[in-house]
Amino acid sequence: MGKRLGKQTIMFSNSAKIIGNYSIVGEKEGNGTFREYYDYVLKNDTFGEKTYESAERKLIEHSIANALDNAGVKSKDLDLLICGDLLNQIISSSFAARDFDLTFLGLYGACSTMAEALAVGATFIDGGYFNTIACATGSHFSTVERQYRFPLELGNQRPPVSQWTVTGAGCTVLSDKGSKKEIVNATFGKVTDFGINDVNNMGAAMAPAAMSTLITHFEDTHTTPDDYDLIVTGDLGKLGSEILLDLMEHKGYKLKDNYNDCGQMIYSNDQKVYQGGSGCGCSAVVLNSYIMQKIDEGVYKRVLFAATGALLSTLSSQQGNTIPGICHAVEIRKGD
Amino acid sequence: MLITYLKVFLVGGFICFLGQLLIIKTNLTSARILVLFVSIGAILEAFGLYDPIVNFASAGATVPITGFGRSLARGAIEAVKDKGVLGVFTGGLTATAGGIAAAVIFAYLFALLFSSKTKKY
Amino acid sequence: MNKVERNKKYNEYVNSKKPKTRNFPTLIYAYIVGGVICMIGQGVNDTLMYVFPTMSIESANTWMLIILIFLASFLTGIGVYDRIGVFAGGGSIVPITGFSNSITSPAMEFKKEGVIFGLCVKMFSVAGPVIVNGVAISIIVGIVYLFL
Repeated sequence: MGKRLGKQTIMFSNSAKIIGNYSIVGEKEGNGTFREYYDYVLKNDTFGEKTYESAERKLIEHSIANALDNAGVKSKDLDLLICGDLLNQIISSSFAARDFDLTFLGLYGACSTMAEALAVGATFIDGGYFNTIACATGSHFSTVERQYRFPLELGNQRPPVSQWTVTGAGCTVLSDKGSKKEIVNATFGKVTDFGINDVNNMGAAMAPAAMSTLITHFEDTHTTPDDYDLIVTGDLGKLGSEILLDLMEHKGYKLKDNYNDCGQMIYSNDQKVYQGGSGCGCSAVVLNSYIMQKIDEGVYKRVLFAATGALLSTLSSQQGNTIPGICHAVEIRKGD
Repeated sequence: MLITYLKVFLVGGFICFLGQLLIIKTNLTSARILVLFVSIGAILEAFGLYDPIVNFASAGATVPITGFGRSLARGAIEAVKDKGVLGVFTGGLTATAGGIAAAVIFAYLFALLFSSKTKKY
Repeated sequence: MNKVERNKKYNEYVNSKKPKTRNFPTLIYAYIVGGVICMIGQGVNDTLMYVFPTMSIESANTWMLIILIFLASFLTGIGVYDRIGVFAGGGSIVPITGFSNSITSPAMEFKKEGVIFGLCVKMFSVAGPVIVNGVAISIIVGIVYLFL
């Protein structure tokens, strides 16, 4: 069993191996930066369903089923499914799990869910309690838009600080053996709130949480940003990443070219999304497509994946509350 | 004729310009903008300041939502003259009944016929 | 540094970082689109007066608004109005067509939750405050006139 470093980090001794992964995205994401890396691009974002909520459920379902195929694991051999999404009462995840006949653990970490699921899954495997675990999450632009913002057909302009919720789902299958890619440690984050109450400016609300988790991670594991081939945050977006760089520099950590952000990367510049992507699906699809492939190819050997989430609800923001953020980080390494 | 249309364009456009300026400067949502402009229209009318704009720019002043506010206030004022206290209650909605009823029935109809599609940008 | 001070500093810093571009062109687009919608209204008005010379100005105006509301509602239905909105902002929010859009769009959006509890209940989720406040102000104006 692994040991704890500092207050928030677990260093695994029986580390979880990544044996399979899958990503599925909507049309807009399919035209983005990583178009050739996704496993499946939807032509119609209703995915043949009547409602967008069902479409989101089907996205998650589809990603789990195919990730299992990918890993060569039969669904009856899977020990646990860890899954979360953005909708109220995480219905997409639990409804997706309904058809699998699996032990299910639902998580809510807003957009940080992918990292949270990987960290929790890796901890279970390290403890030897479960051998094979699927970690999945997804989001859909249209479900999130109607839950948090406005009707789709309302003729309003998006503010320049806003981000675009990613339509897509990603799933990673972890096991105690079977691959060279492994999750070597995980840092669980603290809820951090620096008093931002602009619901459009999620990047600024989450950047302090990312800073807190990254610094804790570097301190606990005695590493520096230069030790990693890639440090990637979840969905801070362009503005959020710039803020994070400033915050980190202020604390004496200089993030260089090896830093990037999933929200910033996922759309190309001509897609008019202002600050970039957001949503559970954002970090999930980037991790399970581009980053995993690059790790496989040996371009990245050591990746720090720190997904960030904004823990607000429509009620909390209407009542004038500020937006708390959270960030969980996992380090993915490829052995030789 | 052309002059009328120019006036309509200039005044109507200007009211929308003010709305957009507010959106940019304050990040108000569209619902708040609508509420604000209806109230402004009604208050201007109450002080007799909106009629001159309508006389000058016709549709340029009646098409923006401020014109809706103006009808509400104007309806209330005229109904009070006719019916007294009852007019306080019946005036505003009577004057705007056509617009509200149209908005409701067309929304009902088209909502039954069409479904929302994901935004492209 | 205490939390209140830290948060204040952070908010100031974030505000200084916010992008400030894209403002100017949208103001022009809003002006043009808003102006054109009003001109269409005037066109409808003039046509009505021409075809039905006996019609009162008030009735013609109401008919004109109803026609614009119909058009905006239809354009919302076929998914065009939100694109105009992305381009024009206030230019398509402030005219009566924006009011129509704000009633039709939630009605369409929540149709899937049922006609009564979805469509009908949510129909006024954006435009409700406009009617509530408008009626309230008209009543205040009426009361004031009662005592004048």
